Amino acid sequence: MHEIVVLSGKGGTGKTSVSAAIATVASQEVVIADCDVDAANMHLLLHPENFKEQVFMSGKLAVVEDDLCIQCGKCVDICRFDAISQKPNTLNINSFDCEGCGYCTRICPTGAIKMKDRRSGLLFHAVTRLKQPMVHARLDAGADNSGKLVAKVKEDARMLAQNHQIPFILVDGAPGIGCPVASSLAGANIVLLVTEPTKSAIHDLKRLVVLIKRSRLKMMCLINKYDLDPELTMQLEDYLEKEQILIVGKLAFNHAVPRAMAAAKTIAEVSEAYRVRFENIWDKLKGVLTS
Amino acid sequence: MTDSQPNRIAVASGKGGTGKTLVSTHLAHTLSQSKDCVLVDLDVEEPNAHLFYEQANPTFEMPVFKQIPDWQSNICTRCGQCAEICAYHAVVQLGEMIMVLDELCHSCYACSELCPVEALPMKNHEIGSLSSLQHENLTIFTGKLRLGEEQAVPLIKKSIALSNQEIKDQTYIIYDSPPGTSCPVVAAVGNANLVLLITEPTPFGLNDLKIAIETMRQMDKPLAVILNRDGIGNDEVEQYCDVNNIPLIAKIPYNEDIARNYAQGKLSNEVPQMADAMKAVEEYIQKIQFHHA
Repeated sequence: MHEIVVLSGKGGTGKTSVSAAIATVASQEVVIADCDVDAANMHLLLHPENFKEQVFMSGKLAVVEDDLCIQCGKCVDICRFDAISQKPNTLNINSFDCEGCGYCTRICPTGAIKMKDRRSGLLFHAVTRLKQPMVHARLDAGADNSGKLVAKVKEDARMLAQNHQIPFILVDGAPGIGCPVASSLAGANIVLLVTEPTKSAIHDLKRLVVLIKRSRLKMMCLINKYDLDPELTMQLEDYLEKEQILIVGKLAFNHAVPRAMAAAKTIAEVSEAYRVRFENIWDKLKGVLTS
Repeated sequence: MTDSQPNRIAVASGKGGTGKTLVSTHLAHTLSQSKDCVLVDLDVEEPNAHLFYEQANPTFEMPVFKQIPDWQSNICTRCGQCAEICAYHAVVQLGEMIMVLDELCHSCYACSELCPVEALPMKNHEIGSLSSLQHENLTIFTGKLRLGEEQAVPLIKKSIALSNQEIKDQTYIIYDSPPGTSCPVVAAVGNANLVLLITEPTPFGLNDLKIAIETMRQMDKPLAVILNRDGIGNDEVEQYCDVNNIPLIAKIPYNEDIARNYAQGKLSNEVPQMADAMKAVEEYIQKIQFHHA
């Protein structure tokens, strides 16, 4: 089983559009794992039919029992997250600020604060319109622990791949370099970087590449909207060459792409030419993975 | 509760790459023409606002720390309470050793303050930096997460606190927020009294806008929407805002000049479509009543 993770550093460079296009040509050779759990979008293009829905619990939340609370204020003093405030005859615990450390429960002299399991999102097992297994998730608004939910999405995708004897897992990752990204890199075999010739995207890509190099993962790159700024594209190509990152493809900006998206089609479904290009990209990825 | 409190405007979005930094930098430029203004880049994993102000004067750069426990093996009795207390598995007992996994630590101090023999005093751990630029009436702060650090929240909180110390009598503070709707966004918009949500006219843009609106409503944040790259997709975002009475205060048309300037790290305030959009945002901001907590 081989795992391909699609990342970009900067958001909006086309990770999901590219992932969905690869999913289209890879057809039943892949299990899809949408690991951009706070802004999951793959489902909008692949129209999965969910056959299993599961509540994902992670982390804790402090909850106070008013009858036991003696208003001593110790918890208010020790909470480093300023999550607890004293109100007349009650305590108010702000669920957005509470990070679930449990310190308050340990110093409360009357045992008035309890830690409760916290729901952090929903997890789905599904079959896409292309008849691929897919695991996706929806992090609750403002929730913590997106890294753990990403790990769970990947774990379930691996299980589905094993059960159905599917050789590849295609992971659509999150923007940035933080915990959901670190979590989507764990156990991966190759990273497909999607970038564009803008100063911001190049800046962010370089930070991501430094991070990925630490885990010694192989990387390949797709340059999206390469015609936006030829000079920056050249800079990008020089940089990728220096880093020995193979460019698997370059896509020009094309108004047909957002229009196709509006009609819930992937880039590979825009035209036969696009389909062929993505077939080539998929062949290159497979070639590197299985060599 | 005085009138002199600055108005804090967070620029956020569910989806990445919809134009948060584009709007933050242009709005900061527009507002700073008449008033002192601060822009704080809280997209600490991938801060980009400074790329648009390379000509500005750097004023300072300082390391930012979080506190983590520092195990004192000579004092420790190996009772193991610290490992049992830590909700994040950041303190682990391995035989005679106590290990602190600094990336996992949330700096709650529970292990440190509950240790019976004070064998875990807290120490500084560098998580990133905060730097500052000055350009005419505009001060720009940039929080930057150190590579390999996974938690953005402590740096976002510290960046807000440290920038607050530097803020004197500026009228507007703009927070360029991280993408998404999880804990870093909550930390970044936490003390804003207006949230501008940036989106694009595509199914991805609409889907993520809905999630972002839900998050902001749960946080009781007043919000308004700005549509970027208007014209590239469909009109579902506009319809959604209309039906749900959500103020759509400006539209930035898709424009090659704006896209090319953005690519090169240049502002597009001279491009008429951008100037019009920013004027609309400025008028909205001047018109509404900010509520100060």
